[in-house]
Amino acid sequence: MSHEAISAAPSAALSQGAVPGAGEPGEVPHALVMPEPKREVLARRGEIVADLRAIVPGEGVIDTEIEMRPYESDGLTAYRQLPLAVVLPSTTAQVSKVLAYCHAHGIRVVPRGAGTSLSGGALPLEDAILLGMGKFNRILDIDFDNRTVTAQPGVTNLGITNAVVHEGFYYAPDPSSQIACTIGGNVAENSGGVHCLKYGLTTNNVMGVEMVLITGEVIRLGGQHLDSGGLDLLGLIVGSEGLLGVVTEVTVRILKKPETARAVLVGFPSSEAAGECVASIIAAGIIPGGMEMMDKLAIEAAEAFVKVGYPLDVEALLIVELDGPEAEVNHLIGRVSEIASGLGCMTLRASTSEEERMAFWAGRKAAFPAVGRISPDYYCMDGTIPRKALPRVLSGMTEMSEKYGLACANVFHAGDGNLHPLILYDANKPGELERAEAFGRDILLLCVEVGGVLTGEHGVGVEKRDLMPSMFNEVDLAHQQRLKCAFDPESLLNPGKMFPQLHRCAELGRMHISGGQLPFPDIPRF
Amino acid sequence: MSAPSTDRLRPRDEAEAAAIVRWAVSESRTLDVAGTGTKQGLGRHIQTDATLDLSALSGVTLYEPAELVLSARAGTPVAEIEALLAASNQMMAFEPMDFGPLLGRPRGGGTLGGLMATNLAGPRRPSAGAARDHALGLRAVSGRGEAFKAGGRVVKNVTGYDLPRGLAGSYGTLAAFTELTIKVLPRPETLETLLIYGLDDATAAKAMSAAVGSYYDVSGAAHVPFVLAGRIPALALAGTSVTALRLEGVPPSIRHRREKLEGLLGGFGALGHLEAEASSTLWAALRDVEPFGEDLSRAVWRVSTAPMQAAAIGAAVEAAGGTCFYDWAGGLIWIEMPDADPRPGLVRDAVTVAGGHATLIRAAVAARAALEVFQPLDAVTGALVKRMKDGFDPSRVLSPGRMYAGV
Repeated sequence: MSHEAISAAPSAALSQGAVPGAGEPGEVPHALVMPEPKREVLARRGEIVADLRAIVPGEGVIDTEIEMRPYESDGLTAYRQLPLAVVLPSTTAQVSKVLAYCHAHGIRVVPRGAGTSLSGGALPLEDAILLGMGKFNRILDIDFDNRTVTAQPGVTNLGITNAVVHEGFYYAPDPSSQIACTIGGNVAENSGGVHCLKYGLTTNNVMGVEMVLITGEVIRLGGQHLDSGGLDLLGLIVGSEGLLGVVTEVTVRILKKPETARAVLVGFPSSEAAGECVASIIAAGIIPGGMEMMDKLAIEAAEAFVKVGYPLDVEALLIVELDGPEAEVNHLIGRVSEIASGLGCMTLRASTSEEERMAFWAGRKAAFPAVGRISPDYYCMDGTIPRKALPRVLSGMTEMSEKYGLACANVFHAGDGNLHPLILYDANKPGELERAEAFGRDILLLCVEVGGVLTGEHGVGVEKRDLMPSMFNEVDLAHQQRLKCAFDPESLLNPGKMFPQLHRCAELGRMHISGGQLPFPDIPRF
Repeated sequence: MSAPSTDRLRPRDEAEAAAIVRWAVSESRTLDVAGTGTKQGLGRHIQTDATLDLSALSGVTLYEPAELVLSARAGTPVAEIEALLAASNQMMAFEPMDFGPLLGRPRGGGTLGGLMATNLAGPRRPSAGAARDHALGLRAVSGRGEAFKAGGRVVKNVTGYDLPRGLAGSYGTLAAFTELTIKVLPRPETLETLLIYGLDDATAAKAMSAAVGSYYDVSGAAHVPFVLAGRIPALALAGTSVTALRLEGVPPSIRHRREKLEGLLGGFGALGHLEAEASSTLWAALRDVEPFGEDLSRAVWRVSTAPMQAAAIGAAVEAAGGTCFYDWAGGLIWIEMPDADPRPGLVRDAVTVAGGHATLIRAAVAARAALEVFQPLDAVTGALVKRMKDGFDPSRVLSPGRMYAGV
C-alpha cells in the first residue's frame, strides 16, 4: 500500500508529498502521486551516467538539463519532470546491457517512443533513466508474399505503410498521430484509430516482437506466423504501457489497400438520430471502414478551419466510409443512404471522387487543431461507451459543461463507441485547468457508470491511473499486478503508471486460504 | 475428505467455483478445469484429484446485436450461442472449429469457456482473427480461489493489461473462466468458392498468396493435395489436388470479385467454382479437419507457420509417409502421421527451420503424457511462464501440467 511522493498541481512541475485517497469521484483538483524517488540513486547520478556511457557511447547518454528538456513530458503536457538521464541506445545488445545494469542497481526505467502519449505513459521520473527508442528507426524486412513487415520500434506508424504502399499494401491501425507516433509506442499502448471496428487495434495486427526483459534477457514472441504455440504472452505485451519489457523489434501484418473507398456525409437534427443511424447500419450487417460522429461545436470549429462544406444547420454529422471492392462499396453506399434517409437526416452527400472523400475527412481529421483555434487550450478525453448510452452520456456532458463553466466539443468513433470529448479551457486563467481535469474525470466516471471503460485507445498512463478503482476492485487489480510481478518483480519498469497503488510482489504472492472444508457440501458431484 | 480422480465438482455459480478452488488449495488437491469435456484429449495428459466441471454455469447474460457484443457464462454451449447469433444474422467471426470429428466425439458439444481456453479459430483466421481477437472481457476464478474480472464489454478498450487476450489459450492453467464477453459480427449474406485444380503444394502457396494479397477480400484460402481431396465429399470428384478460395459478402460484390480473381489466377491452372451450399459444406469440413476423422489412431499435428514456408514442412511430412493439408493460405498445416507414432523430432525440426509452432493434437495418452504437446519454450520464456503460474495459481491447483510440466 505504500503510496508515496509526488503531488502535482497539474499545470506545474511534479513535486513530492504524500496525498491520500486518490480516485474518489468529485475530488478536485486531481493530485498525482508518483513513487518516491530513490535517494541512493539520485546520489549516485554521476557514477550512473558514466556507467551508462560505457554501454552506450558517444551522444547516446544525455545528462544536461537543456538537452533533457525535450524529454520532460509527452503528449500530456500538463505533467513535466526531468529524468535522471536520457539514454538513447541503438542496438538490442545495448538495450539489454542498459536494462541489466539498471536491474542490478535498482534503477528505474521509463521507456519512450516518439513521446506522443496522451496519457502520460512516457512521463519521466526524477530517479529513472528515460530510455528513448528513437534510434531504432529501420525497417528490417518486407515480405509481400507472407504479408508482413518487420520493423524496429522507432519506425513511425505511417513509415510502415510508406514502405509498402508502392505494392498497394498498408498497415491498418491509424492513430491520428500516425505521422509521428512509433510502432513500438503503438505496441505499448495498443493504439487504435478510425478503422478499428473493421480492421482491429494494434493487438490484432501485431504478429511478433523481440523484447528485452528488465533482467536484460531477450525473448522473441510470435513471428511471421499466427497465434501463439502456447500461452499468449504477445497478447499481454500489447497494451502493457511499457511496464513489462522494452520491445526492440516488431512484426506486423500488412493488408492490401481496399480497391476503393467512398464516404457518405450525413447531417442529423440530433445526436440521438445520428446514433440511431449508426446502430441501424450495424444492425443491417454493414461494418463500415470508418464511422465518425461530430457534434455541433466540433462541426463549426472544423468548418471554420478547413472550409470543406460541412452543413452548419445540423446538430450532428456522421461520416460513414465504406471500403473494399468497388461493386461492394457502391452497393453499400446505396444501402447506407437509404438507412440515413429513412431516419430523417437533414443532409446527405455521397462522395463521387477521391477528392470529395478526402474533403469529407479533412474536417474530421482537423477537428483537434480546429478546436485549438477557438480555444487557448483543450483537454482531449478518451472513454468508450456502449453506443446505446450515447444520449445519456451526451446529456450528462451538457450538464457537466454548465457545472464547470467550460465548453466541450465532441468527436466520436461512432462505430466502436470511443468518445473523444475536447474540453475547452484557458490554462492562463487560474483554476481552469483544474476544472477541465475535474470535468474530464467526471466524463470518464460516467462512461464507466453506463457500462463503458476509462480509455479506448490513449492508455491509462498517469492520467487515468487513479480512476482504475472505478472499473476494477482490489482483487481485479491485484491479478493484473501479478502479471507485472512475473515480468518485473522489483517494479523498475515505468512505475507509477497504470496502477494507483504499488503493491509489493511479495505481498501479492501471499495466499490467504483458511479452513480445510469444502464450504458448499451440497455442490452437485458426479 | 477424499476425492477420487473421478470426482466431478459442478459449481452452480462463481462463488461456488471459487469455494471449490479454495478447498483444493487448502487440501492440496488438483483440479482439471473443464466444461463438457469435449477437449479433454487436447494438451498434455494429466491426472488430477478432481474435475472442476463448469458446465452448470450456463446461459447468455447479455446479447446486444447492434452493439456487436455478447456475454455468456463459461459453460454455455457454443451451439446455443451460434443459434442465437444466427437468428440475428450474426456470428463469431473467428469461425471456431469443432474438435468432435478429429477427436472421435459428437459434433457441437463444446462450451464458450472451452472455446476461449483453447483459443479456437477457423479458416477466417487470417482476415478475422482467432477467439483471442474477439475476447473483450472475462470473469474468472484464479488458482488463488479469488474471483476477478478483466476487460470490459466494449470493442475498444485499453484499460489495464489485456488479460482477456492473455488468458485466451491458457487451457485453464491460470484461471477458470466463469463468464466471457466477446465481440460478434454480422454474418455474410452469402458465399462462393473459387477452385483451382491440380497445383502442387508450393505452387498452391503462390496462388493463395496472390489471392489473399489481392484487392478481392478472400476470406478463406486452403489447399488439399490429391491424396486427401478424396476424403472431402465436396472435392471428391476432382481427381486431383484442389486449391479453394472463399468469397463472402453481398452477391454483387462476390460476382465482381470472382471475375477479377479468375483473371488473376487463371494462369495457375484449371478453375472451378462452388455455390453457397457446397461452399458451406466444404469450409466446415476443412475447419473441422474432417479428412483426419477416419482413423482416430493416427497422430495429428497442427502447425502454424509463415505461409510461404508451409510447403517445405509438408514435404518433410510426406517424405515420412504422412499427409497434410493447408489452411490460412498455407499458414496453418494439418498433419496426419501414417500411424500412432507422432514423430516429434521430424515435426519439430521442420518447424524450427521454417519458423512457427507445432502442437500435437491427437495422440495416445502415453505420448501426450511423455512428449511436449505445445511448442517447447526457451529457458527464459519458460521461466517467465512459471512466474505467471506462481502469480495466478501458486499452489498448482488448476490443471497443472496441461500445457507445460510444472506449470
